[in-house]
Amino acid sequence: MATASTFKPRRAAKSLVVTSLTLVLLLLFLSPFAFMVFTSLKTPEQIGVIGSPIWPAAVATFEYNGKNLDMFNVPMNKCEGSEESSATNGLALVKKGTRASTFVDPDDLERGEFICQVSWRALDRPWTFAPTFSNYTEVWSSINFPRLLSNTLFYAVATTVGVLISCTLVAYGFSRFDFPGRDLLFVVLIATIFLPGFVTVIPTYTFFQRIGWVGTWLPLIVPSFFANAFDVFLLRQYFMTIPREMDEAAMIDGASRFRVLTSILVPQAYPVLLAVIVFHIVFAWNDYFGPLIYLSTNRAAWPVSVALSTFNGIYGQKPQLIQAGALMTLIIPLLLFIFAQRFFVQGIVITGVDK
Amino acid sequence: MFQELNRGLPKLPTIRAYREMTPLKRREMREGLLYISPWLIGFFVFTFLPILASLIFSFMNLRITDGITSTPKFVGLDNYAQMVKDPQIWSISGGTRGSLWITLFFGAISLPVGILLPLGIALLMNARSLKGQMVFRSAFYMPYIIPFVAAVFLWGGMLNPESGWINRALISLGVPKESTPNWANDVNWVYPTYVIMGIWGIGNAMLIFLAGLQGVPTDLYDAAKVDGANGWQSFWKVTFPMISPVIFYNLVLGVVFLFQYFLVPLVVNQGTGRPGGATMFFNLYLYKTFFTFQNMSYGATMAWLLFFLILIVTVFLFWSAKYWVYYAGDKRS
Repeated sequence: MATASTFKPRRAAKSLVVTSLTLVLLLLFLSPFAFMVFTSLKTPEQIGVIGSPIWPAAVATFEYNGKNLDMFNVPMNKCEGSEESSATNGLALVKKGTRASTFVDPDDLERGEFICQVSWRALDRPWTFAPTFSNYTEVWSSINFPRLLSNTLFYAVATTVGVLISCTLVAYGFSRFDFPGRDLLFVVLIATIFLPGFVTVIPTYTFFQRIGWVGTWLPLIVPSFFANAFDVFLLRQYFMTIPREMDEAAMIDGASRFRVLTSILVPQAYPVLLAVIVFHIVFAWNDYFGPLIYLSTNRAAWPVSVALSTFNGIYGQKPQLIQAGALMTLIIPLLLFIFAQRFFVQGIVITGVDK
Repeated sequence: MFQELNRGLPKLPTIRAYREMTPLKRREMREGLLYISPWLIGFFVFTFLPILASLIFSFMNLRITDGITSTPKFVGLDNYAQMVKDPQIWSISGGTRGSLWITLFFGAISLPVGILLPLGIALLMNARSLKGQMVFRSAFYMPYIIPFVAAVFLWGGMLNPESGWINRALISLGVPKESTPNWANDVNWVYPTYVIMGIWGIGNAMLIFLAGLQGVPTDLYDAAKVDGANGWQSFWKVTFPMISPVIFYNLVLGVVFLFQYFLVPLVVNQGTGRPGGATMFFNLYLYKTFFTFQNMSYGATMAWLLFFLILIVTVFLFWSAKYWVYYAGDKRS
């Protein structure tokens, strides 16, 4: 039954209100990004000036008789010779005074210097948009950013390979083989989510210290090759949606169990495999605690997250550098998310909603 | 994910069941175990043995700084005796609260926000009158993937008492400059500061709520309407029971997360407990004991206390689930 869609004014109005309210909410929610971008484009002077705008702005100046004069917005009716004018013009301040100050008008230099009955302190100033990109270059070179990036990339790729291989195998075992005790083991796997990290971290750290792995990447990479609850669950759920008849048909044709995994399941499960990949790249990129405890003694191996966290101490008085560093750290996961949103959403939905 | 656990424990395998298996079944078992062996080995080496080791540590006096030269000794229950009267954990009066109370207090503020805010946004995303749902959904989720340290610095800048946008907005709304909050540096404002810094983490919970909401069959709403239910009634009688499994999921993960909360105070207030010891969370104290002071034994003792507390709370939550969590299509026995 097809009905012609008719315009319903009440519904359209409601839709407009709900959508614009949501948009306002979203803008508030994401406003720290604007803060970050604006702050990272400022010079220290711009941050120091009281009453300066939130965007990167510089005070407009005007060169007059070989001097750089600051510009101010002056109501023209306070100035001698233009008492009738209702305009507010940008004038250059020649001589400061608390009651009256001397100005020139850059647009009307022939008028010469004239006095206005205003306190220069109380005046607004015309700001010009003046972004500076030197904060990025300063962060880039001062903390050896290229090395941090390559360390982080190495960590992300190595652990993603580990997680992908191990979790695929384990999920295959849990989804396609029937044996006594399997469901109990699966419950144990899920229950590891509730285990507080420090119960296992303390002995593991002590052990890795004894065998000399602290200060290397090994304690962070090796465990990723031994599967984890979230990714196994995600993959198992997806494998279970693929009909077993396909496996059986392949096995009748002589395929081994391993061949069934590589030729039947993996090609069909590519969306969820991609979800595991993007999740893990982002996870490794953002991981802070692991690298902090295992690599804090080895500066050369630091990933971006650990290096960025030291900014608070080093650049406490230089918010422009902190925000530039934050932007440089988050840009890669952000781009990855923008291009792969579908896989993120799908992966989360499976773990949260599936039984 | 937790429905597996909610069904109760599966039956233990018996030797008799194994004896009665056909050779083909035994072969399947061997192969299955082979495929799950990466996890079995990993569980044994990186989970089971460490749990056991940290239990043993808790009865010793192991410190890494002197552990290399001197041999650690068993000290019986000394660590536990020290722990039960450690004012840094339990102190309830006086200037600074104990770290356990700080954790519980912050959890009590943060958990409702961590459930209701994503649920509210998910309900908004699910509204029929919202245009561009897909774009909004991605945009509200997006901050979740921002590196934690970067997100903390962005919000730290936003909440800077002098130059941050939040106080500038408050001033332009007419709040006198003297009475704007000092956020992370003020004992009374530091917990709201952390809650605000945490709202960028709602993306995951929001998506799960949204998926739950989208899974509610529309004919249930139609039926409720026919029966004369208003919006409020249909939320409590239809929406709430139908999404109770995802509420349960987010609740359990939220509780487990909040018990272990410490990375934000570690980065924002440099793990000092400032202002006035108000941010010395239990796990931060544990982290400093273990990592800064390298006192493995006392750290392990505290970790076991935490393990025990989380266990009690999660067991309670799973027990409570049978009274309020409804799994459609799953017959409750």
